[in-house]
Amino acid sequence: MTTSTSKDEFIERLRRSLKVSGDDKARRQAVAARLAAHAPNLVPERATGDAAHRTKLFIEQASAVQTTIDQVKTAAAIPAAVAHYLRQHNLPQALRHGADPLLKGLPWKKGAPSLAISEGRADPADDVSIAHAFAGVAETGTLILCSGADNPTTLNFLPETHIVVLEAGDLVGTYEEAWARLRARFGEGVMPRTVNMITGPSRTGDIEQTIELGAHGPRRLHVIIVGK
Amino acid sequence: METSSTRFPANVREAFADQQLQRALRNVPTGFIKKRAAARDRLPEFDRLRDAARDIKNHTLAHLDLYLERYVDKVEAVGGSVHFCTSADQARATIIDLCKGLGARTVTKGKSMIAEEIDLNTALSAAAITPVETDLGEYIIQLRGEHPSHIIAPAVHLNKDQVEADFRRVHSHLPRDRVLEEASSLVNEARQVLREKYLASDVGITGANFLIAETGTSIIVTNEGNGDLTQTLPKAHIVLASIEKLVPTLEDVSTILRVLARSATGQEFSSYTTLSTGPRRPGDPDGPEHYHVVILDNGRSNMLGTQFQDMLRCIRCGACLNHCPVYQAIGGHAYGWVYPGPMGSVFTPSLIGIDKAGHLPNASTFCGRCEEVCPMRIPLPKMMRAWREREFEAHLTPQSVRWGLGVWGFFVRRPALYRLLTGIGARTLSAMAGRRGRLKSLPLAGGWTAWRDLPAPSGETFMAQWKAKKP
Repeated sequence: MTTSTSKDEFIERLRRSLKVSGDDKARRQAVAARLAAHAPNLVPERATGDAAHRTKLFIEQASAVQTTIDQVKTAAAIPAAVAHYLRQHNLPQALRHGADPLLKGLPWKKGAPSLAISEGRADPADDVSIAHAFAGVAETGTLILCSGADNPTTLNFLPETHIVVLEAGDLVGTYEEAWARLRARFGEGVMPRTVNMITGPSRTGDIEQTIELGAHGPRRLHVIIVGK
Repeated sequence: METSSTRFPANVREAFADQQLQRALRNVPTGFIKKRAAARDRLPEFDRLRDAARDIKNHTLAHLDLYLERYVDKVEAVGGSVHFCTSADQARATIIDLCKGLGARTVTKGKSMIAEEIDLNTALSAAAITPVETDLGEYIIQLRGEHPSHIIAPAVHLNKDQVEADFRRVHSHLPRDRVLEEASSLVNEARQVLREKYLASDVGITGANFLIAETGTSIIVTNEGNGDLTQTLPKAHIVLASIEKLVPTLEDVSTILRVLARSATGQEFSSYTTLSTGPRRPGDPDGPEHYHVVILDNGRSNMLGTQFQDMLRCIRCGACLNHCPVYQAIGGHAYGWVYPGPMGSVFTPSLIGIDKAGHLPNASTFCGRCEEVCPMRIPLPKMMRAWREREFEAHLTPQSVRWGLGVWGFFVRRPALYRLLTGIGARTLSAMAGRRGRLKSLPLAGGWTAWRDLPAPSGETFMAQWKAKKP
């Protein structure tokens, strides 16, 4: 690219302004240490507690931003819960999910015989999608979803109704705990292409500061928590 | 973007006379301020998180060269490209080259204040590439040929009926008799119209709220989900970010995210916080095939190592605008450039020069609320004062002000004379005001008394009263 400046020249400008040199060992060590430690800073008290507290807080926080919640004891109960939710909201009995083993392995025919299931990334015509969360964060009722063939990112944004399965064991207190799990799964300093932190359905306040749901993303976000 | 900051006083007079604007501005205090206060009260650690957030950015800025190196290595390791631009010109040319290389005819855009700063849309249009803003507020002002008047609520200066009129004018393919009175029907219409644009777009351009050095990740924070559709559906994603967006780790960004939404909209967390690292991976059924990051300096490195370095901690939450009595009265356009309110009054002179933006640091009552609410604890009033000093030193202050300050300076260095004259002045004004205690007009004070009465001194100066009461 001829139009842009070289990296070295660009960074040298920063060094001139900061009055530092690039081979200052102490500075390099400070940076390397911080990156290697990735230590949590101050973490809010509200997110500490046992599993029951986390579940309660997650439900409270998520409900406050118009996420709806259902709880089922086992994964086998998910299809019936989904079919029930769709009927309740008068939504089409059609659903799209990715290659996620948990979602693929569910007894859809048995639990939701009238549900038409398709697999893959979202199509603009899809009304309803279901995805499997990587984690849930109790602190703010936030879902964390990772991109890939299992749960393609388009499922999170194109359909009007987004259903998310969250295993109770994946419900953590804070963002920091979710990052620790992410590193354990993908490796140090490695990220999936996209990590979506989702807290409630799409909304906007751009017209006279009145909050309206369903600006561009899903109008409805429904979470099914599985297990205890 | 062209600036009209030089004609700030005229802009202000126009803003006061604009009834539509004044009506729209009434939404600012009721919306943003109460919601922020409620969010702060729900989180006991809020103020300590602000300290932590400030410390993270201070550390990052002091080591910015090294964190940037690490960030670039990580982006390149996953197949992304990073382009370095020192000026707005360079950034525009780089983005247009990238778009042309990708054969782009239409680009969708997430909200980016830096794209406004470099006036990207004008440049794209001139290169026969159609830019489509997808954030609802940005979309509305694009239809109107305007610029944002607020850094997080670009259309806060508009009322619902104005938006309805614009939609009827531009969406002429839709039935004329449709009902568009409610905000919900306007949101729905924009959703339908823009859905087609996302699907037809060749390139998605977004800004970045943060860049993470640890992982080579860019982050956008939105509520609408428009940024996500913008960056996920087209074949390429271009991220436009300035140097001060860097943070070291995921943990560090978590701390700053805890104060961002609460300060901005009073939400516990925004609907969508999206972390993007490179292009589509093998086996991915969706996502962009190309991932480019354009890093912009545009004058910021000149702030490093100066008294204005603290300004680079800014995370663009807009709290200082919302709480500023001057912003509340005149809105954002009067400031005449991309960044309005207190943060703009400090930032704009750094980027476009005090000779052009000299009015802005003077547009402050120094009430201090901006610093009080700033999640990054930026000493905004102190920095506005610093700009006023520089303006004075550069002989840019008007002659009458310089003369007045000169006269005042003469007397204040001669305390006995100063006390004598202020004593005479106070008693004279008190006598002139009579029992009402207020003056309707006064020579040399027309600027004040044209709009309101001047409260008169009570009779004796503070120094005189202090002396009399001292045991």
